[in-house]
Amino acid sequence: MLPENLRQNAIATAVEAFDGDAIAAGKIDRGELTLEIAPGKIVSICGFLKYDQKFVRLSSVTAVDRYPAEPRFEVVYHLHSVERNQRVRLKCRVYGADPAIESVTSVWRGANWYEREVFDLFGINFLNHPDLRRIMLPDDWEGHPLRKDYPVTGHRI
Amino acid sequence: MSDQDIPGVSVSAVAEEQPTPGPHRMVLNMGPQHPSTHGVLRLLLELDGETVMKCQPDIGYLHTGIEKEFEQKNYQQDVTLTDRVDYLAPLSNNLGWCLATEKLLGLEIPSQAQWMRVMLTELTRLNSHLVWLGTHAIDIGAMSVFLYCFREREDILRIFEMFSGQRMMTSYFRVGGLALEPPRRWHERIKKFIDVFPSRVDEYEDLLTNNRIWLGRTKGVGRISLEDMLDLGVTGPMLRAAGLKIDARKDEPYSSYEKFDFEVPTRPENDVFARYQVRVEEMRQSARIVQQALEGMPAGPWKADAPHVVLPDREKMKTQMEALIYHFKIVTEGFRVPEGEVYQVIESPRGELAYYVVSDGTARPYRVHMRTPSFGNLQSTPTLVAGSLIADVIASIGSMDFVLGDTDR
Repeated sequence: MLPENLRQNAIATAVEAFDGDAIAAGKIDRGELTLEIAPGKIVSICGFLKYDQKFVRLSSVTAVDRYPAEPRFEVVYHLHSVERNQRVRLKCRVYGADPAIESVTSVWRGANWYEREVFDLFGINFLNHPDLRRIMLPDDWEGHPLRKDYPVTGHRI
Repeated sequence: MSDQDIPGVSVSAVAEEQPTPGPHRMVLNMGPQHPSTHGVLRLLLELDGETVMKCQPDIGYLHTGIEKEFEQKNYQQDVTLTDRVDYLAPLSNNLGWCLATEKLLGLEIPSQAQWMRVMLTELTRLNSHLVWLGTHAIDIGAMSVFLYCFREREDILRIFEMFSGQRMMTSYFRVGGLALEPPRRWHERIKKFIDVFPSRVDEYEDLLTNNRIWLGRTKGVGRISLEDMLDLGVTGPMLRAAGLKIDARKDEPYSSYEKFDFEVPTRPENDVFARYQVRVEEMRQSARIVQQALEGMPAGPWKADAPHVVLPDREKMKTQMEALIYHFKIVTEGFRVPEGEVYQVIESPRGELAYYVVSDGTARPYRVHMRTPSFGNLQSTPTLVAGSLIADVIASIGSMDFVLGDTDR
Protein backbone atom coordinates (compact mmCIF):
# COMPACT_ATOMS: atom_id res chain seq x y z
CA MET A 1 0.00 0.00 0.00
CA LEU A 2 1.19 3.46 -0.82
CA PRO A 3 1.86 5.62 2.25
CA GLU A 4 -0.30 8.69 2.61
CA ASN A 5 2.50 11.21 2.07
CA LEU A 6 3.42 9.77 -1.35
CA ARG A 7 0.00 10.02 -2.98
CA GLN A 8 1.00 13.24 -4.70
CA ASN A 9 4.27 11.85 -6.02
CA ALA A 10 4.21 10.98 -9.72
CA ILE A 11 6.83 8.22 -9.54
CA ALA A 12 5.35 6.54 -6.50
CA THR A 13 1.83 6.55 -7.92
CA ALA A 14 3.09 5.19 -11.25
CA VAL A 15 4.82 2.30 -9.48
CA GLU A 16 1.69 1.73 -7.41
CA ALA A 17 -0.45 1.62 -10.56
CA PHE A 18 1.99 -0.83 -12.18
CA ASP A 19 2.07 -3.26 -9.28
CA GLY A 20 -0.07 -2.64 -6.21
CA ASP A 21 1.86 -5.05 -3.96
CA ALA A 22 5.35 -3.86 -4.76
CA ILE A 23 5.72 -0.85 -2.45
CA ALA A 24 6.20 -1.87 1.16
CA ALA A 25 6.92 1.63 2.45
CA GLY A 26 8.25 4.95 1.25
CA LYS A 27 9.17 8.46 2.22
CA ILE A 28 10.38 11.79 0.97
CA ASP A 29 13.15 12.94 3.23
CA ARG A 30 15.28 16.05 2.54
CA GLY A 31 13.81 16.15 -0.95
CA GLU A 32 14.84 12.60 -1.80
CA LEU A 33 12.31 9.94 -2.68
CA THR A 34 12.80 6.48 -1.19
CA LEU A 35 10.59 3.54 -2.13
CA GLU A 36 10.84 0.30 -0.26
CA ILE A 37 10.20 -2.54 -2.65
CA ALA A 38 9.29 -6.13 -1.83
CA PRO A 39 12.50 -8.07 -2.63
CA GLY A 40 10.75 -10.50 -4.99
CA LYS A 41 9.54 -7.63 -7.19
CA ILE A 42 12.77 -5.71 -7.65
CA VAL A 43 13.52 -6.83 -11.21
CA SER A 44 10.07 -6.09 -12.54
CA ILE A 45 9.94 -2.70 -10.79
CA CYS A 46 13.39 -1.77 -12.10
CA GLY A 47 12.34 -2.81 -15.60
CA PHE A 48 9.20 -0.70 -15.30
CA LEU A 49 11.14 2.33 -14.05
CA LYS A 50 13.76 2.01 -16.77
CA TYR A 51 11.59 1.38 -19.81
CA ASP A 52 8.38 3.12 -18.81
CA GLN A 53 9.47 5.91 -16.49
CA LYS A 54 12.76 6.72 -18.29
CA PHE A 55 15.11 5.99 -15.41
CA VAL A 56 17.76 4.93 -17.91
CA ARG A 57 20.68 5.15 -15.51
CA LEU A 58 21.47 2.98 -12.56
CA SER A 59 23.66 5.28 -10.51
CA SER A 60 24.74 2.76 -7.90
CA VAL A 61 23.85 -0.36 -5.96
CA THR A 62 24.97 -0.69 -2.39
CA ALA A 63 23.84 -2.13 0.92
CA VAL A 64 23.45 -1.20 4.57
CA ASP A 65 23.90 -3.70 7.38
CA ARG A 66 21.38 -3.16 10.22
CA TYR A 67 22.89 -5.85 12.42
CA PRO A 68 21.55 -7.15 14.83
CA ALA A 69 18.09 -6.13 13.59
CA GLU A 70 16.20 -8.38 11.19
CA PRO A 71 15.73 -8.17 8.21
CA ARG A 72 19.38 -7.43 8.48
CA PHE A 73 20.38 -6.00 5.10
CA GLU A 74 19.03 -3.18 3.04
CA VAL A 75 20.03 -3.36 -0.61
CA VAL A 76 19.87 0.18 -1.95
CA TYR A 77 19.53 1.16 -5.62
CA HIS A 78 19.91 4.72 -6.84
CA LEU A 79 18.24 5.40 -10.17
CA HIS A 80 18.64 8.50 -12.29
CA SER A 81 16.53 9.79 -15.13
CA VAL A 82 18.50 12.10 -17.40
CA GLU A 83 15.41 13.16 -19.29
CA ARG A 84 13.31 13.99 -16.23
CA ASN A 85 16.30 15.14 -14.18
CA GLN A 86 15.07 13.12 -11.23
CA ARG A 87 16.44 10.51 -8.90
CA VAL A 88 14.81 7.77 -6.94
CA ARG A 89 16.13 5.42 -4.29
CA LEU A 90 14.83 1.86 -4.11
CA LYS A 91 15.38 -0.26 -1.07
CA CYS A 92 14.90 -3.97 -0.44
CA ARG A 93 15.15 -5.58 2.96
CA VAL A 94 16.88 -8.95 3.01
CA TYR A 95 17.13 -11.40 5.92
CA GLY A 96 20.53 -12.17 7.40
CA ALA A 97 20.41 -15.95 7.09
CA ASP A 98 21.72 -16.83 3.63
CA PRO A 99 20.94 -13.38 2.19
CA ALA A 100 19.99 -13.35 -1.48
CA ILE A 101 18.14 -11.17 -3.95
CA GLU A 102 17.48 -11.30 -7.66
CA SER A 103 20.11 -9.52 -9.76
CA VAL A 104 19.10 -6.51 -11.85
CA THR A 105 21.83 -7.11 -14.45
CA SER A 106 19.08 -8.14 -16.86
CA VAL A 107 17.80 -4.55 -16.70
CA TRP A 108 21.12 -2.66 -16.55
CA ARG A 109 24.33 -4.39 -17.53
CA GLY A 110 26.07 -1.83 -15.36
CA ALA A 111 24.67 -3.48 -12.24
CA ASN A 112 27.28 -6.18 -12.74
CA TRP A 113 30.18 -4.62 -10.85
CA TYR A 114 28.03 -2.94 -8.23
CA GLU A 115 26.42 -6.23 -7.31
CA ARG A 116 29.77 -7.95 -7.29
CA GLU A 117 30.99 -5.31 -4.86
CA VAL A 118 28.01 -5.84 -2.54
CA PHE A 119 28.51 -9.60 -2.81
CA ASP A 120 32.17 -9.18 -1.95
CA LEU A 121 31.87 -6.77 0.96
CA PHE A 122 28.47 -7.77 2.42
CA GLY A 123 28.09 -11.38 1.37
CA ILE A 124 24.70 -10.90 -0.25
CA ASN A 125 24.05 -13.30 -3.11
CA PHE A 126 22.63 -12.03 -6.35
CA LEU A 127 20.63 -14.70 -8.12
CA ASN A 128 21.06 -15.05 -11.88
CA HIS A 129 24.08 -12.77 -11.90
CA PRO A 130 26.30 -13.58 -14.89
CA ASP A 131 29.66 -13.37 -13.11
CA LEU A 132 29.32 -13.35 -9.34
CA ARG A 133 32.91 -13.28 -8.01
CA ARG A 134 34.73 -11.13 -5.50
CA ILE A 135 35.84 -7.86 -7.07
CA MET A 136 37.80 -5.90 -4.45
CA LEU A 137 39.26 -8.60 -2.22
CA PRO A 138 41.29 -11.68 -3.16
CA ASP A 139 39.30 -14.79 -4.05
CA ASP A 140 40.41 -16.63 -0.91
CA TRP A 141 39.43 -13.87 1.53
CA GLU A 142 37.33 -14.97 4.49
CA GLY A 143 34.40 -12.88 5.64
CA HIS A 144 32.75 -9.72 4.38
CA PRO A 145 34.36 -6.54 5.74
CA LEU A 146 31.46 -4.10 5.53
CA ARG A 147 29.27 -6.23 7.76
CA LYS A 148 28.85 -4.66 11.17
CA ASP A 149 30.06 -7.79 12.97
CA TYR A 150 33.35 -7.76 11.05
CA PRO A 151 36.08 -6.38 13.34
CA VAL A 152 38.13 -3.35 12.40
CA THR A 153 41.21 -4.26 14.44
CA GLY A 154 42.92 -7.45 15.53
CA HIS A 155 44.82 -10.32 13.93
CA ARG A 156 43.52 -13.24 12.02
CA ILE A 157 44.56 -16.50 13.66
CA MET B 1 50.95 -18.07 -22.16
CA SER B 2 47.51 -19.08 -23.39
CA ASP B 3 47.38 -22.39 -21.52
CA GLN B 4 48.72 -20.96 -18.28
CA ASP B 5 46.67 -19.70 -15.36
CA ILE B 6 47.56 -16.44 -13.66
CA PRO B 7 46.62 -16.59 -9.97
CA GLY B 8 43.60 -14.59 -8.94
CA VAL B 9 41.65 -14.42 -12.16
CA SER B 10 40.68 -17.41 -14.21
CA VAL B 11 42.51 -16.97 -17.47
CA SER B 12 41.38 -20.44 -18.39
CA ALA B 13 37.76 -19.31 -18.08
CA VAL B 14 38.39 -16.63 -20.67
CA ALA B 15 40.09 -19.09 -22.96
CA GLU B 16 37.54 -21.86 -22.43
CA GLU B 17 34.73 -19.80 -23.84
CA GLN B 18 36.46 -19.87 -27.19
CA PRO B 19 36.65 -23.59 -27.90
CA THR B 20 38.42 -23.30 -31.24
CA PRO B 21 41.20 -20.76 -30.91
CA GLY B 22 42.71 -19.64 -34.15
CA PRO B 23 46.42 -19.99 -34.77
CA HIS B 24 47.20 -16.46 -33.60
CA ARG B 25 44.93 -16.33 -30.58
CA MET B 26 46.56 -15.64 -27.24
CA VAL B 27 45.78 -14.20 -23.82
CA LEU B 28 47.89 -11.21 -22.88
CA ASN B 29 48.20 -9.93 -19.35
CA MET B 30 48.44 -6.14 -19.20
CA GLY B 31 49.23 -4.64 -15.82
CA PRO B 32 48.85 -4.36 -12.91
CA GLN B 33 52.12 -2.44 -13.17
CA HIS B 34 51.77 -1.27 -16.74
CA PRO B 35 52.76 2.41 -16.94
CA SER B 36 49.73 3.41 -18.99
CA THR B 37 47.22 2.01 -16.51
CA HIS B 38 48.08 4.89 -14.14
CA GLY B 39 47.86 2.91 -10.97
CA VAL B 40 47.26 -0.74 -10.57
CA LEU B 41 44.74 -1.91 -13.08
CA ARG B 42 45.10 -5.28 -14.68
CA LEU B 43 43.55 -6.15 -18.01
CA LEU B 44 43.40 -9.63 -19.45
CA LEU B 45 43.28 -9.23 -23.18
CA GLU B 46 42.40 -12.06 -25.47
CA LEU B 47 43.97 -11.35 -28.80
CA ASP B 48 43.56 -12.63 -32.30
CA GLY B 49 46.68 -11.30 -33.95
CA GLU B 50 46.60 -7.64 -33.02
CA THR B 51 42.84 -7.45 -32.54
CA VAL B 52 41.36 -7.55 -29.06
CA MET B 53 38.61 -10.15 -29.00
CA LYS B 54 37.81 -9.91 -25.33
CA CYS B 55 38.95 -7.94 -22.34
CA GLN B 56 38.54 -8.75 -18.69
CA PRO B 57 39.51 -6.01 -16.23
CA ASP B 58 40.70 -7.00 -12.79
CA ILE B 59 40.48 -4.30 -10.11
CA GLY B 60 40.87 -4.17 -6.36
CA TYR B 61 44.63 -3.77 -6.02
CA LEU B 62 44.15 -0.44 -4.27
CA HIS B 63 41.23 -1.45 -2.09
CA THR B 64 41.72 0.10 1.33
CA GLY B 65 38.36 -0.52 2.98
CA ILE B 66 37.89 3.21 3.25
CA GLU B 67 34.10 2.93 3.51
CA LYS B 68 34.55 0.89 6.67
CA GLU B 69 37.01 3.46 7.95
CA PHE B 70 34.39 6.19 7.54
CA GLU B 71 32.20 4.42 10.08
CA GLN B 72 34.96 4.56 12.70
CA LYS B 73 35.57 8.31 12.65
CA ASN B 74 33.32 11.26 13.28
CA TYR B 75 31.97 13.43 10.50
CA GLN B 76 34.65 16.09 10.66
CA GLN B 77 37.50 13.55 10.80
CA ASP B 78 36.09 11.79 7.74
CA VAL B 79 36.94 14.82 5.61
CA THR B 80 40.56 13.71 5.64
CA LEU B 81 39.56 10.32 4.23
CA THR B 82 37.79 11.83 1.25
CA ASP B 83 41.05 13.36 -0.01
CA ARG B 84 42.58 9.96 -0.33
CA VAL B 85 39.87 8.44 -2.49
CA ASP B 86 40.46 10.37 -5.67
CA TYR B 87 43.89 11.80 -5.07
CA LEU B 88 43.82 13.89 -8.25
CA ALA B 89 40.65 15.71 -7.23
CA PRO B 90 40.82 15.98 -3.45
CA LEU B 91 38.71 19.12 -3.15
CA SER B 92 35.88 17.69 -5.22
CA ASN B 93 35.68 14.84 -2.78
CA ASN B 94 35.89 17.19 0.21
CA LEU B 95 33.00 19.11 -1.27
CA GLY B 96 30.83 16.05 -1.89
CA TRP B 97 31.29 14.86 1.66
CA CYS B 98 30.68 18.26 3.25
CA LEU B 99 27.56 18.87 1.18
CA ALA B 100 26.15 15.47 2.11
CA THR B 101 26.76 16.03 5.81
CA GLU B 102 25.40 19.56 5.65
CA LYS B 103 22.29 18.27 3.93
CA LEU B 104 21.79 15.83 6.78
CA LEU B 105 22.35 18.59 9.31
CA GLY B 106 20.24 21.11 7.42
CA LEU B 107 23.07 23.62 7.65
CA GLU B 108 23.17 26.88 5.73
CA ILE B 109 26.61 27.81 4.43
CA PRO B 110 27.54 31.51 4.05
CA SER B 111 27.92 32.67 0.49
CA GLN B 112 31.62 33.49 0.72
CA ALA B 113 32.36 29.91 1.74
CA GLN B 114 30.18 28.61 -1.08
CA TRP B 115 31.94 30.74 -3.68
CA MET B 116 35.33 29.85 -2.28
CA ARG B 117 34.37 26.21 -2.60
CA VAL B 118 33.29 26.67 -6.21
CA MET B 119 36.51 28.49 -7.08
CA LEU B 120 38.79 25.90 -5.50
CA THR B 121 36.80 22.97 -6.90
CA GLU B 122 37.20 24.41 -10.37
CA LEU B 123 40.93 24.77 -9.81
CA THR B 124 40.84 21.12 -8.83
CA ARG B 125 39.14 20.31 -12.11
CA LEU B 126 41.96 22.13 -13.91
CA ASN B 127 44.50 20.22 -11.86
CA SER B 128 42.89 16.89 -12.67
CA HIS B 129 42.42 17.61 -16.37
CA LEU B 130 46.02 18.78 -16.62
CA VAL B 131 47.31 15.52 -15.18
CA TRP B 132 45.00 13.64 -17.50
CA LEU B 133 46.09 15.56 -20.58
CA GLY B 134 49.77 15.23 -19.78
CA THR B 135 49.70 11.53 -19.05
CA HIS B 136 47.29 10.69 -21.85
CA ALA B 137 49.54 12.47 -24.33
CA ILE B 138 52.59 10.68 -22.97
CA ASP B 139 50.80 7.34 -23.40
CA ILE B 140 50.18 8.08 -27.03
CA GLY B 141 53.70 9.36 -27.56
CA ALA B 142 53.65 13.15 -27.15
CA MET B 143 56.23 13.73 -24.45
CA SER B 144 56.41 17.52 -24.34
CA VAL B 145 52.74 18.13 -23.49
CA PHE B 146 53.33 16.45 -20.18
CA LEU B 147 55.98 18.98 -19.21
CA TYR B 148 53.80 21.94 -20.11
CA CYS B 149 50.80 20.56 -18.23
CA PHE B 150 52.77 19.88 -15.10
CA ARG B 151 54.14 23.42 -15.17
CA GLU B 152 50.61 24.78 -14.68
CA ARG B 153 49.66 22.00 -12.31
CA GLU B 154 52.53 23.04 -10.09
CA ASP B 155 51.06 26.56 -9.89
CA ILE B 156 47.70 25.13 -8.85
CA LEU B 157 49.27 22.92 -6.21
CA ARG B 158 51.09 25.96 -4.83
CA ILE B 159 47.77 27.76 -4.60
CA PHE B 160 46.34 24.81 -2.69
CA GLU B 161 49.32 24.86 -0.40
CA MET B 162 48.78 28.54 0.22
CA PHE B 163 45.17 27.91 1.23
CA SER B 164 45.42 24.71 3.20
CA GLY B 165 49.09 24.05 3.88
CA GLN B 166 48.92 20.91 1.76
CA ARG B 167 49.58 20.33 -1.91
CA MET B 168 47.43 17.27 -2.41
CA MET B 169 45.63 16.06 0.71
CA THR B 170 44.08 19.45 1.25
CA SER B 171 41.06 18.73 3.49
CA TYR B 172 40.30 22.42 3.10
CA PHE B 173 36.51 22.18 3.10
CA ARG B 174 35.02 21.25 6.42
CA VAL B 175 31.50 20.56 7.47
CA GLY B 176 30.14 24.06 8.03
CA GLY B 177 32.49 26.00 5.78
CA LEU B 178 36.23 26.14 5.30
CA ALA B 179 39.05 24.84 7.47
CA LEU B 180 40.95 28.12 7.69
CA GLU B 181 40.43 31.71 6.85
CA PRO B 182 41.41 32.37 3.21
CA PRO B 183 45.08 33.46 3.24
CA ARG B 184 46.21 37.02 2.71
CA ARG B 185 46.79 38.01 -0.92
CA TRP B 186 44.98 34.93 -2.23
CA HIS B 187 43.16 37.15 -4.69
CA GLU B 188 46.18 38.42 -6.57
CA ARG B 189 47.83 35.01 -6.51
CA ILE B 190 44.90 33.32 -8.22
CA LYS B 191 44.36 36.27 -10.54
CA LYS B 192 47.95 36.06 -11.71
CA PHE B 193 47.47 32.40 -12.52
CA ILE B 194 44.05 32.52 -14.12
CA ASP B 195 44.82 35.55 -16.31
CA VAL B 196 47.48 33.64 -18.19
CA PHE B 197 45.91 30.20 -18.02
CA PRO B 198 43.75 30.42 -21.19
CA SER B 199 46.87 31.22 -23.20
CA ARG B 200 48.49 28.10 -21.73
CA VAL B 201 45.55 26.03 -22.95
CA ASP B 202 46.23 27.50 -26.40
CA GLU B 203 49.76 26.19 -26.08
CA TYR B 204 48.56 22.65 -25.40
CA GLU B 205 46.21 22.91 -28.32
CA ASP B 206 49.04 24.13 -30.56
CA LEU B 207 50.91 20.99 -29.67
CA LEU B 208 48.06 18.56 -30.17
CA THR B 209 44.88 19.66 -31.89
CA ASN B 210 46.27 19.74 -35.44
CA ASN B 211 49.11 17.33 -34.81
CA ARG B 212 48.90 14.61 -37.45
CA ILE B 213 50.18 11.86 -35.18
CA TRP B 214 47.76 12.86 -32.42
CA LEU B 215 44.85 12.91 -34.85
CA GLY B 216 45.86 9.54 -36.25
CA ARG B 217 46.01 7.99 -32.82
CA THR B 218 42.77 9.46 -31.49
CA LYS B 219 40.27 10.11 -34.29
CA GLY B 220 37.75 7.33 -34.73
CA VAL B 221 39.32 5.37 -31.87
CA GLY B 222 37.49 4.11 -28.79
CA ARG B 223 33.94 4.32 -30.05
CA ILE B 224 31.16 3.04 -27.83
CA SER B 225 27.47 3.78 -28.26
CA LEU B 226 25.71 6.23 -25.97
CA GLU B 227 23.14 3.58 -25.02
CA ASP B 228 25.90 1.23 -23.94
CA MET B 229 27.51 3.95 -21.85
CA LEU B 230 24.28 4.87 -20.07
CA ASP B 231 23.57 1.21 -19.48
CA LEU B 232 27.04 0.53 -18.07
CA GLY B 233 27.15 3.49 -15.70
CA VAL B 234 29.56 5.75 -17.58
CA THR B 235 29.36 9.44 -16.65
CA GLY B 236 31.13 12.74 -17.15
CA PRO B 237 33.17 13.88 -20.14
CA MET B 238 32.69 10.54 -21.90
CA LEU B 239 28.94 11.12 -22.12
CA ARG B 240 29.44 14.72 -23.14
CA ALA B 241 31.80 13.61 -25.91
CA ALA B 242 28.91 11.49 -27.21
CA GLY B 243 26.64 14.50 -27.47
CA LEU B 244 24.70 14.17 -24.23
CA LYS B 245 24.54 17.44 -22.33
CA ILE B 246 24.73 16.15 -18.79
CA ASP B 247 26.45 17.94 -15.95
CA ALA B 248 25.40 17.92 -12.31
CA ARG B 249 26.59 21.52 -11.94
CA LYS B 250 23.79 22.55 -14.29
CA ASP B 251 21.21 19.82 -13.73
CA GLU B 252 21.32 19.60 -9.94
CA PRO B 253 23.18 22.77 -8.90
CA TYR B 254 24.96 22.75 -5.57
CA SER B 255 27.10 25.23 -3.68
CA SER B 256 25.64 28.16 -5.71
CA TYR B 257 26.83 26.93 -9.13
CA GLU B 258 23.56 28.32 -10.49
CA LYS B 259 25.00 31.82 -10.05
CA PHE B 260 27.86 31.20 -12.45
CA ASP B 261 27.75 31.60 -16.18
CA PHE B 262 29.43 28.74 -18.03
CA GLU B 263 28.81 26.34 -20.88
CA VAL B 264 28.70 22.55 -20.83
CA PRO B 265 30.79 21.55 -23.84
CA THR B 266 29.64 18.61 -25.92
CA ARG B 267 30.89 16.90 -29.06
CA PRO B 268 29.02 14.50 -31.30
CA GLU B 269 31.93 12.35 -32.53
CA ASN B 270 32.21 10.07 -29.50
CA ASP B 271 35.83 9.06 -29.96
CA VAL B 272 39.08 9.64 -28.08
CA PHE B 273 39.64 12.92 -29.89
CA ALA B 274 36.17 14.19 -28.94
CA ARG B 275 36.88 13.38 -25.28
CA TYR B 276 40.09 15.36 -25.59
CA GLN B 277 38.22 18.32 -27.07
CA VAL B 278 35.55 18.20 -24.38
CA ARG B 279 38.11 18.23 -21.58
CA VAL B 280 40.12 21.04 -23.15
CA GLU B 281 36.96 23.11 -23.47
CA GLU B 282 36.06 22.26 -19.88
CA MET B 283 39.38 23.72 -18.81
CA ARG B 284 38.49 26.99 -20.52
CA GLN B 285 35.06 26.97 -18.89
CA SER B 286 36.54 26.27 -15.47
CA ALA B 287 38.88 29.21 -15.96
CA ARG B 288 35.80 31.35 -16.70
CA ILE B 289 34.17 30.21 -13.47
CA VAL B 290 37.30 31.01 -11.47
CA GLN B 291 37.40 34.48 -13.09
CA GLN B 292 33.78 35.10 -12.11
CA ALA B 293 34.43 33.90 -8.59
CA LEU B 294 37.35 36.30 -8.32
CA GLU B 295 35.33 39.24 -9.52
CA GLY B 296 32.18 38.59 -7.56
CA MET B 297 33.48 37.00 -4.36
CA PRO B 298 31.00 38.04 -1.68
CA ALA B 299 32.25 39.37 1.61
CA GLY B 300 31.22 37.90 4.91
CA PRO B 301 31.97 34.91 7.10
CA TRP B 302 33.71 31.84 5.76
CA LYS B 303 32.07 29.38 8.13
CA ALA B 304 28.53 28.80 9.23
CA ASP B 305 27.03 30.24 12.37
CA ALA B 306 26.50 26.88 14.03
CA PRO B 307 28.41 26.68 17.31
CA HIS B 308 27.61 22.99 17.87
CA VAL B 309 29.22 22.04 14.52
CA VAL B 310 31.87 24.62 13.67
CA LEU B 311 34.88 25.16 15.91
CA PRO B 312 34.84 28.58 17.61
CA ASP B 313 37.40 31.28 16.91
CA ARG B 314 40.55 31.13 18.97
CA GLU B 315 39.87 34.58 20.38
CA LYS B 316 36.39 33.63 21.61
CA MET B 317 37.71 30.51 23.27
CA LYS B 318 39.95 32.59 25.45
CA THR B 319 37.21 34.95 26.56
CA GLN B 320 33.93 33.01 26.47
CA MET B 321 33.20 29.95 28.57
CA GLU B 322 30.53 28.78 26.17
CA ALA B 323 32.93 28.75 23.22
CA LEU B 324 35.41 26.75 25.27
CA ILE B 325 32.75 24.14 26.09
CA TYR B 326 31.70 23.84 22.45
CA HIS B 327 35.31 23.46 21.41
CA PHE B 328 35.82 20.68 23.95
CA LYS B 329 32.64 18.87 22.90
CA ILE B 330 33.35 19.06 19.16
CA VAL B 331 36.94 17.92 19.50
CA THR B 332 36.29 15.07 21.92
CA GLU B 333 33.07 13.56 20.67
CA GLY B 334 32.17 15.36 17.46
CA PHE B 335 28.68 16.59 16.70
CA ARG B 336 25.52 14.56 16.40
CA VAL B 337 23.86 14.36 13.02
CA PRO B 338 20.10 13.78 12.78
CA GLU B 339 18.92 10.41 11.57
CA GLY B 340 18.36 10.01 7.87
CA GLU B 341 20.04 9.27 4.58
CA VAL B 342 21.14 11.45 1.69
CA TYR B 343 22.59 10.91 -1.75
CA GLN B 344 24.60 13.98 -2.64
CA VAL B 345 25.68 14.18 -6.26
CA ILE B 346 28.40 16.48 -7.56
CA GLU B 347 30.23 16.73 -10.86
CA SER B 348 33.78 15.62 -10.25
CA PRO B 349 36.34 16.04 -13.06
CA ARG B 350 35.69 12.41 -13.95
CA GLY B 351 31.92 12.39 -13.84
CA GLU B 352 29.17 11.75 -11.35
CA LEU B 353 30.49 11.55 -7.82
CA ALA B 354 27.91 10.77 -5.17
CA TYR B 355 28.11 10.30 -1.46
CA TYR B 356 25.44 8.10 0.07
CA VAL B 357 25.51 8.78 3.79
CA VAL B 358 23.31 7.02 6.33
CA SER B 359 23.13 8.53 9.78
CA ASP B 360 21.70 6.85 12.85
CA GLY B 361 21.70 10.02 14.93
CA THR B 362 25.15 9.60 16.49
CA ALA B 363 28.39 11.47 15.90
CA ARG B 364 29.68 8.87 13.42
CA PRO B 365 28.13 7.93 10.10
CA TYR B 366 26.38 4.57 10.12
CA ARG B 367 27.24 3.81 6.53
CA VAL B 368 28.99 5.70 3.75
CA HIS B 369 29.01 4.62 0.15
CA MET B 370 30.91 6.50 -2.49
CA ARG B 371 29.52 6.26 -5.96
CA THR B 372 32.74 7.07 -7.72
CA PRO B 373 32.92 7.98 -11.40
CA SER B 374 36.00 5.87 -12.13
CA PHE B 375 34.28 2.66 -11.04
CA GLY B 376 31.34 3.20 -13.37
CA ASN B 377 33.52 4.33 -16.26
CA LEU B 378 35.94 1.45 -15.95
CA GLN B 379 33.12 -1.03 -16.18
CA SER B 380 32.73 -0.10 -19.83
CA THR B 381 36.29 -1.20 -20.70
CA PRO B 382 35.37 -4.61 -22.19
CA THR B 383 32.77 -3.01 -24.48
CA LEU B 384 35.06 -0.10 -25.29
CA VAL B 385 38.10 -2.07 -26.41
CA ALA B 386 36.49 -5.19 -27.90
CA GLY B 387 37.32 -5.37 -31.59
CA SER B 388 39.95 -2.65 -31.51
CA LEU B 389 43.68 -2.97 -32.10
CA ILE B 390 45.89 -3.57 -29.11
CA ALA B 391 47.70 -0.26 -29.64
CA ASP B 392 44.34 1.52 -29.42
CA VAL B 393 43.61 -0.03 -26.04
CA ILE B 394 46.04 2.44 -24.49
CA ALA B 395 44.37 5.40 -26.18
CA SER B 396 40.89 4.14 -25.28
CA ILE B 397 41.43 3.52 -21.61
CA GLY B 398 43.45 6.73 -21.34
CA SER B 399 40.47 8.65 -22.66
CA MET B 400 38.35 7.41 -19.74
CA ASP B 401 40.50 9.26 -17.22
CA PHE B 402 40.11 6.91 -14.29
CA VAL B 403 41.95 6.99 -11.00
CA LEU B 404 42.41 3.61 -9.41
CA GLY B 405 42.13 4.93 -5.88
CA ASP B 406 38.74 6.22 -6.91
CA THR B 407 37.81 2.85 -8.39
CA ASP B 408 38.89 0.52 -5.62
CA ARG B 409 38.33 2.76 -2.58
